[in-house]
Amino acid sequence: MFSYILRKLFSTLASILLIFTLAFIMFRLLPGDPVSLMFRDPRLTREQIDYLMREFGLNKPLWEQYFIYLLNAFRGNLGISFYYKQPVNGILIERLVNTLILLIPSTLCAILLGVVTGSISAWKNNKAIDKIITSTSLVLYTLPTYWLGGLLIILSITYLKLPVTGMYNYGVQYGSYIDRLLDLFSHMTLPFITLTLVSYGSFTVIIRSALVDISTEDFVKASYAMGFSEKRIFLKILLKNVSLPILSMSAIAIGTSVAGAVLTETVFAWPGVGRLIYDAVINRDYPLLQGSFLVISVSVVLANMIADLLYGVLDPRVRTR
Amino acid sequence: MRKANNSYYKSIAYIIKGNSDMKAGLAITALFVIFALTAPYIAPYGVYDTDTSSILKPPSIKHLLGTDEMGRDLLSLNLYALKSTLLVGLLSAILASIIGLLMGIISGYYNGLIDWVISRVVDFLIAIPAIVLMIVMGSIFASGILSVILIIALLSWAPIARVIRSIVLSVKELPFVQAAKALGASDLRIIRKHIFPSVIPMTLALTILSIPNAIFSYAALVFMGVGSVEELNLGTILYYAYVSGSLASGKWWYFIPPGFLLVMLSLALMMTGRALERELNPRLKGEQHEL
Repeated sequence: MFSYILRKLFSTLASILLIFTLAFIMFRLLPGDPVSLMFRDPRLTREQIDYLMREFGLNKPLWEQYFIYLLNAFRGNLGISFYYKQPVNGILIERLVNTLILLIPSTLCAILLGVVTGSISAWKNNKAIDKIITSTSLVLYTLPTYWLGGLLIILSITYLKLPVTGMYNYGVQYGSYIDRLLDLFSHMTLPFITLTLVSYGSFTVIIRSALVDISTEDFVKASYAMGFSEKRIFLKILLKNVSLPILSMSAIAIGTSVAGAVLTETVFAWPGVGRLIYDAVINRDYPLLQGSFLVISVSVVLANMIADLLYGVLDPRVRTR
Repeated sequence: MRKANNSYYKSIAYIIKGNSDMKAGLAITALFVIFALTAPYIAPYGVYDTDTSSILKPPSIKHLLGTDEMGRDLLSLNLYALKSTLLVGLLSAILASIIGLLMGIISGYYNGLIDWVISRVVDFLIAIPAIVLMIVMGSIFASGILSVILIIALLSWAPIARVIRSIVLSVKELPFVQAAKALGASDLRIIRKHIFPSVIPMTLALTILSIPNAIFSYAALVFMGVGSVEELNLGTILYYAYVSGSLASGKWWYFIPPGFLLVMLSLALMMTGRALERELNPRLKGEQHEL
């Protein structure tokens, strides 16, 4: 177990290092890189340029710059946003919280819905309801996130009358926490539905195929032969055994959910890290873009690591592999 | 040689004939290609024809899909947009497949360090959300359509490499490959004569399956304002519908058709690709409606 954890920690660390190196190459090394353009940016004051020069160590050799960059990044020092004129890490922390407020409930909801409909679908294999569920999830899986969001916006403007941008109404004095929360919920409804639906499709299919796979195993056939009721086989044997594949495949789906969140946040102007990327692209705010990229990629890698470790705890076989 | 090829085509024709999913998918795809190629002839208006008397007008007899904020006919714009959407999807998918094929073969055939390195890169590329990396790379480097194609290809070959690698791993152990090795055939010859032919059909299926991904990535990139938004494709129509505020004011005829076309095209390609994949992979064959 210990060596398994160590192995996972090592490969996670390698991935994180790869992400940081990739960012260094993209933002610093290649021709026309943003850092060299940065010093000609008219939005920066003289003191800020001097500060950046010192921080980045730009007058030092390249390998030294790389280590200064890594050291700074691990300390949480990601530079100063051109546009907001504030340290990038402060902006990121605030935005990350907003992203998680949206991402966690919708991913959980998508997994839950996926388990229910995926089970029904596998249970009624090749019957009408299975075909309806699988084709619905295929279509949902295919729908471009921002287009689905746009459809909901159009629907909301004409019928639902729900807010379509931001997290709260501007300039409102809330009477109590409850009012504030209600405003948040009404703003969250549409992005929440969008994100749930786009991740729901793949979860359903994952769970369905895991269940179908396992139902052909010998021990399942044996249980039928022993005369257990179908209900009992499904609940006690199939669902229990399918939890591991679901866990491992959900880890992969985290990346999909995050990608969905970036596009959903953009369409609904939800002030999370995803929308931050869009704003950074529009404003050519490279430190902020780099910071958002690092935060998103590292979070996904860490989420994968947690899933891997959980898998190791639950399934002794993978530890020895 | 010619005879062998002939029977190969015959077997492809046979696969298509007996497979309704593939027939439907190919038919819809063909329809899209025809529309894309004949757009200049069948579109009622040109791309630059502006009609100042009808700006952001809903669908009518004169403009079947309404007009945009410059008074251009949206039906014509959508038709013209198909060509570059298809082209970018196809080119990125082909490029990604070539990279994936090479990486998969190298990684599967040669064990050791190179396999380890490629596999770690593949794991990494599959785990991180590719669209985020595409947006970042695109906003730094993308100046035109070619660089966007390159970026999409560079970030989407990993799943292809993974499948190809697993096929190569099993083919490598087959008796006839072992025999060729024992007879002293060089690595290059074994790869060319034995490994390559056995992975090509699956590569074809994976290429078809990568087209919708590439098309979506491209549309998403353009929608995020990355790459060139001057170039007319389905993604730019969505982008302008969003940034011009037409979406926020409920101009559905501007926003719904391009997305609908994207979804139809992708579903058709996915049906074709999945059906082909099922034919090639007997393990999947029993399963209906697998994503």
